[in-house]
Amino acid sequence: MTIHSRVGPEDFDPAEELAALERLGGGAVASFTGLVRGGDGLTTLRLDHYPAMTEAQVTRIAAEAASRWPLLGIRIVHRIGTLEPGDRIVFVGTASAHRRVALESCAFLIDWMKSHAPFWKKESFADGRERWVEAKAEDVVKADAWAAFHN
Amino acid sequence: MAALDILYFAWVREAIGRDGERIDAVDPAVTVADLVGALAGRGGGYAEALGDIERLRAALDQHFVAFDAVIGSARELAIFPPVTGG
Repeated sequence: MTIHSRVGPEDFDPAEELAALERLGGGAVASFTGLVRGGDGLTTLRLDHYPAMTEAQVTRIAAEAASRWPLLGIRIVHRIGTLEPGDRIVFVGTASAHRRVALESCAFLIDWMKSHAPFWKKESFADGRERWVEAKAEDVVKADAWAAFHN
Repeated sequence: MAALDILYFAWVREAIGRDGERIDAVDPAVTVADLVGALAGRGGGYAEALGDIERLRAALDQHFVAFDAVIGSARELAIFPPVTGG
């Protein structure tokens, strides 16, 4: 079981992340890539985080997934700094012997990254408006639902 | 009584106008809610940012905690809005 996580301003290549998971020898790899959504005149999205906590918390989230599913590997990448529409923000990938485990653990990881990792998004628009993205109650519900989920 | 570093993030940081500060003598028996309430009592940006703990989350020494947690031996308290990563 290998856990690999990275937080930083650099872009990443999903193909490289997937290839690293494929090399682990399982029969199944699943992944999620999150991108900056355009529209409504959005020009930039800034991602702030709590540096002293982020890596530790991402590792805890990955360890939680590893304790719930028989995984061969987890790779998580989360970007920080100023991004534009279409830019990649986050990658979560899992490798396992079977598809159901890979798919479910991947969904768990992105739900928990949204609700349990210390990142904050601020949107800037073409007309000069700026606003901090508000947490969605439905994201907390989705993350909490995993507490009652039996593998 | 020990020193406690307090960190602010996102709109909490913007409203207060600083990244954080150090409080030199904090009673370990005090709760996070007590401390946040005392900071809000300074008024201005502090009251704006910290006046309603329903809108806030907290971490002690880089672990999420509820507002009724006591400061205890923690060295760092972070106060921030609900997270919005991913």
